[in-house]
Amino acid sequence: MSIDSTDRVLIEALQGGLPLVPAPYAEVADRLGLTEAEVTDRLAAMKSTGVIRRIAAAPNHYRLGMTANGMTVWDVADARIAELGAQVGALPFVTHCYERPRALPNWPFNLFAMVHGETREEVEAKRAQIRDLLGDARRGDDILYSTRILKKTGLRLRKRG
Amino acid sequence: MIRPDKTDRALLNLLQEDLPLTHRPFAALAARLELTEPALLDRVTWLRDEGYITRFGPFFDAAAMGGAFCLCAMAVPAADFDAVLTKVNARPEVAHNYERAHRLNMWFVLATETPEGIAQTADAIERETGLKVLRFPKLQEFYIGFRVAA
Repeated sequence: MSIDSTDRVLIEALQGGLPLVPAPYAEVADRLGLTEAEVTDRLAAMKSTGVIRRIAAAPNHYRLGMTANGMTVWDVADARIAELGAQVGALPFVTHCYERPRALPNWPFNLFAMVHGETREEVEAKRAQIRDLLGDARRGDDILYSTRILKKTGLRLRKRG
Repeated sequence: MIRPDKTDRALLNLLQEDLPLTHRPFAALAARLELTEPALLDRVTWLRDEGYITRFGPFFDAAAMGGAFCLCAMAVPAADFDAVLTKVNARPEVAHNYERAHRLNMWFVLATETPEGIAQTADAIERETGLKVLRFPKLQEFYIGFRVAA
């Protein structure tokens, strides 16, 4: 995939978000001196190459009352991770689910699933559901609750010549 | 009326689906919630202004633009926590950083413009803090989404 200088201008213009107006792509086009079709064609191309994953809202879990945030981590046999990871990721309360490398000897966990809830009890109940789903494929697990947000910024795209 | 109400919550879920690249993309959402387009846009603006959504727009993938992301973790002694935090957060490559209740108590995401940037930045943090930076790049992604009870 490749993005050209116009794509880059478009990305920079949209980093803060899409204007919340009836015709947002036309509005962005106006600002950049493009046509609406140029904007939507470029956005469609960036979606097809994966530069844009989707155009959507980023919810603020804390503001929504989901103040308990647990990163559940699981040690699952490598041979079964694709199958089980997909099942865990499909649970409606799992917001992020990834296979990541182990860091042996102290970190045997290779499946990470983020779970949010209004209380830790709620998070624990959801964690138990994941444990049931994994069954005897689970060789070990842990949960890491977040206790403080230390930094949170969006993607910063540096300007290139 | 207590906000966010049932309609706001249903909207919040709809807003996490991919917005179409059409001339009036919000009109279709409005129809699904039996709202007018202006009423829907008012609600989206309210959700954003009140901080229920931090942003509405394209989600860019730095990796697809040639950059890279990596989740990293450090076991920081309590007495050194603030000093290490200052050094870690000073780096623009550190996008998110969370304290977690665990021996590995500092978890942050590095976002760099090149894949090599991850190792360079993590190595630099190790040199500067004298602490090991464990690296957990994603090998497979299974799902990203979030649903509220609507």
